[in-house]
Amino acid sequence: MNWHAMRAIYLFEMARTRRTLLQSVISPVISTSLYFVVFGAAIGSRIDEVEGISYGAFIVPGLIMLSLLTQSVANASFGIYFPKFTGTIYELLSAPVSYIEIAAAYVGAAASKSIILGLIILATAGLFVPLQVAHPVWMLLFLVLTAVTFSLFGFIIGIWADNFEKLQLVPLLIITPLTFLGGSFYSINMLPPVWQTITLFNPVVYLVSGFRWSFYGVADVAVGISLFMTLSFLAVFLAVVAWIFKTGYRLKT
Amino acid sequence: MQTIISVSGLSKTYDSRFQALKCIDLDIRRGEIFALLGPNGAGKTTLISIICGIVKASEGKVRVDGHDIVTDYRAARAMIGLVPQELTTDAFESVWATVSFSRGLFGKPANPEYIEKVLRDLSLWEKKDNKIITLSGGMKRRLLIAKALSHEPEILFLDEPTAGVDVNLRRDMWQLVRSLQASGVTIILTTHYIDEAEEMADRIGVISKGEIILVDDKAELMRKLGKKQMTLHLQSPLEHIPPALAAYQLELASDGNELIYTFDAQRERTGIVALLKGLNDAAIVFKDLHTTQSSLEDIFVSLVKEEK
Repeated sequence: MNWHAMRAIYLFEMARTRRTLLQSVISPVISTSLYFVVFGAAIGSRIDEVEGISYGAFIVPGLIMLSLLTQSVANASFGIYFPKFTGTIYELLSAPVSYIEIAAAYVGAAASKSIILGLIILATAGLFVPLQVAHPVWMLLFLVLTAVTFSLFGFIIGIWADNFEKLQLVPLLIITPLTFLGGSFYSINMLPPVWQTITLFNPVVYLVSGFRWSFYGVADVAVGISLFMTLSFLAVFLAVVAWIFKTGYRLKT
Repeated sequence: MQTIISVSGLSKTYDSRFQALKCIDLDIRRGEIFALLGPNGAGKTTLISIICGIVKASEGKVRVDGHDIVTDYRAARAMIGLVPQELTTDAFESVWATVSFSRGLFGKPANPEYIEKVLRDLSLWEKKDNKIITLSGGMKRRLLIAKALSHEPEILFLDEPTAGVDVNLRRDMWQLVRSLQASGVTIILTTHYIDEAEEMADRIGVISKGEIILVDDKAELMRKLGKKQMTLHLQSPLEHIPPALAAYQLELASDGNELIYTFDAQRERTGIVALLKGLNDAAIVFKDLHTTQSSLEDIFVSLVKEEK
């Protein structure tokens, strides 16, 4: 293993985060705080408890997931797309590093950022609503697994994209709608039966449900299924990354 | 001499079906400066990119100091530094950070003293904390060289190192390349500036339309293909060349004030003595003469023309 290379890439990416602190950390925190103000305090006070939890507290895991998914995808896709865009990828391709090392370093950096971000948002949420975390280990497990899985997804998008528009396309058209419709702001038990079934095809449901279970012990689907689905997504994205590197897709001519 | 890079049967056809390289065989010797000369689109960059691992070969093998570039890519690539043709750099990193990053990427532990030396050698030390985006074009070029040297490579590829570089910087660059060679680095440079190859190289390879059409020592190449011209400045202008001298295929220039004789420098009998005697017999008096040797440029142009 070329540890020096992985360390160099990881630190390079983390340095980029520090330079863009406003954009990478502060802006998601502000937008999440707005959600709390609007949904938690203003509207939430008029909504009954959901499954025995105050509405403001109920949406916390969903909001963290929302940021975790969008930021993991955004960070990882930009991290690998930018060298392709500027041409500096030549150095990465000519270096004595394996593809696994490249992916691990980029995905590791992107996941680190979104985990830190998720924890900051959790702390921020604590300022607005009383929080309890019933299963802290599971909470961290879901946090890390989701961050890694969707950073891998972002990495794939970054390699696939050959312009900035495509880079924005997937987060905007797929990730955000799926997250909003995936039970971030409601329990799927509140939906009509037909929609409950349809919603089960939305992968984000499993992520949000498992994560919420780790907080309050209530879930839309069994936590075992949530974990299984999260690991399945991880496996799928790992397979795609392996294929990309095997074929040199969009990287080598 | 020991071979450090061995290219055999290397072909590359791009997805667009453009065949950039056609069965290239080439050996680079340890410690030499090798100039790869050819017009735009001849395949120079493709060849370099394959050796460095950026482009996949369609066929053929490349070994770097005995390491296959595909199966043993780590060992092969760790030996190579590449300075690309385009000024592709990050923008917001500092000079120091980007050069240190390159060293790490190539698997070397941090060594601030060495990075400092490289930056000083390239007159970038004062700029070490500057963001890359604030550097001039010439500085960015040097920064790319610093990045390529950051991991102490034994082989350095310079893809058109002096494209778009001013005369002074060009001289500096040549100086730098020579000092690198003196420290034992093997250098392969591509260029379409012939004077660069002529100035720098130990050996020259000419590539045209994806084929290496010639590889030779620079001196040998000049000797083999070099035509010499002798120009005689006449005392009084000549209207036509006397029939007695027709065999020499002389040319009249400058309104009959100059006579030009072209001959092959490597022939045993150049015919100069006989020509001068003939001129004497024809009572043609000249006040001065000089000879010129064709440059690599002339040689190159005639080679590429023959190809067509």
